[in-house]
Amino acid sequence: MIPAAFEYHAPSTVGEATALLAKLGEDAKILSGGQSLIPLMKLRLANPLHLVDINGIAGLAYIREADGVLRIGGLTRESELEESELVRTRYPLLHDTSRVIADPVVRNLATVGGNLAHGDPANDHPATMLALGAEVVAVGAKGERRLPIASFFTGPFATSLKPDEILVEIRVPMPPARSGGAYLKLERKVGDFATAAVAAQLTLGANGVCDQVGIGLTNVGLTPIKAARAEAALKGKTPDEATIKRAAELAAEASEPAADLRGSVEYKKDLVRVLTARALRKALERARAGR
Amino acid sequence: MLVKLSINGEKHEADVEPRLLLVHMIREVLRLTGTHIGCDTTHCGACTILMDGRPVKSCTMFAVQAQGKQLMTVEGLEQGGKLHPLQEGFMAEHGLQCGYCTPGMLMTSYAFLKKHPSPTEDDIRWAISGNLCRCTGYVNIVKSVQYAAAKISQGGS
Repeated sequence: MIPAAFEYHAPSTVGEATALLAKLGEDAKILSGGQSLIPLMKLRLANPLHLVDINGIAGLAYIREADGVLRIGGLTRESELEESELVRTRYPLLHDTSRVIADPVVRNLATVGGNLAHGDPANDHPATMLALGAEVVAVGAKGERRLPIASFFTGPFATSLKPDEILVEIRVPMPPARSGGAYLKLERKVGDFATAAVAAQLTLGANGVCDQVGIGLTNVGLTPIKAARAEAALKGKTPDEATIKRAAELAAEASEPAADLRGSVEYKKDLVRVLTARALRKALERARAGR
Repeated sequence: MLVKLSINGEKHEADVEPRLLLVHMIREVLRLTGTHIGCDTTHCGACTILMDGRPVKSCTMFAVQAQGKQLMTVEGLEQGGKLHPLQEGFMAEHGLQCGYCTPGMLMTSYAFLKKHPSPTEDDIRWAISGNLCRCTGYVNIVKSVQYAAAKISQGGS
């Protein structure tokens, strides 16, 4: 399959890239890992007249903790996240997620920033970042904006990024002691989108109650879903089986899946319930183990 | 647009349209037809090559993105007329039936063994999970990679 013709731009700085994007407007798309965009272009579902390839911009791929925040550069490859010792030991939710995005070969090109900026409700990082309470940093021709993830996804394949903005960094608050998280995804085969997936992150207080909790849902709605009522059912409570069960039911209620080859609406909603309970139990186990 | 890159240590250049996929440049412009096009939809991995040492699907990259990169294709495995232990393994263990997925399997496994010289069966299955064999001959593919790992650890190559 041959994509429609386009003009190729390879800026070497963020400034050059945003100036180009500002000039080209809606006719341009940013090429990051390309693992979603190029397949769409081959199917001619996307026909940008200009591609602004940001892969040649130095300094946008990194994973580091500073000032209470984990900073992930927008161009960081999913495989770099997967191989990061820091992520594996301190951010089990992110590590879990990095291992189930597409497949190992795709992850060598796919980027964390692209996974979010694409705005696909079937992508995995959106739910994870919702559960972690992340924020993204966008740089445009007029400067930098910090966008909370909770209001970032505005519709199917739509985000609050402006056409001239590049998602340059993701910031995840460093979890306090006794925090844990987990990402559970059911997929028909490696590389498929999730039938449903659930991201859970929680922090236990000194008295064993849930101080903080985040729950995100993948591919069960037109946008990634933050299961706010399920979170509220846990916050300030002892996470016993009855509470987990109640939160899982509320997460299923928050989901709005569509029936497709992967399953019926009823099946997917029930899957959200089961996966939420399992993800919470795993997160809890990890929090108690100090992860 | 002029693209200059290196494949299997040899320098190549070609004037290409930006929309030309890397796999098409490799096969049709540079005539290195060892790399296969399978699904053309980023699923199957038959087109897997190494870019700066990492396996990537060359049907899901534009040739212009490989500007200045070091690529390795299946043609680069054999050295001085001697097959790589992986190629030997795929022969010895019957790691192919139709052979269509084999170039991709070889390249993914090559990069994998560089990083994980003594893998478990699970590790191998994990590593090749982005490469599909529609003959479903995975048992022998895994054995072929194990053969190569053993041979390399004995100083085979």
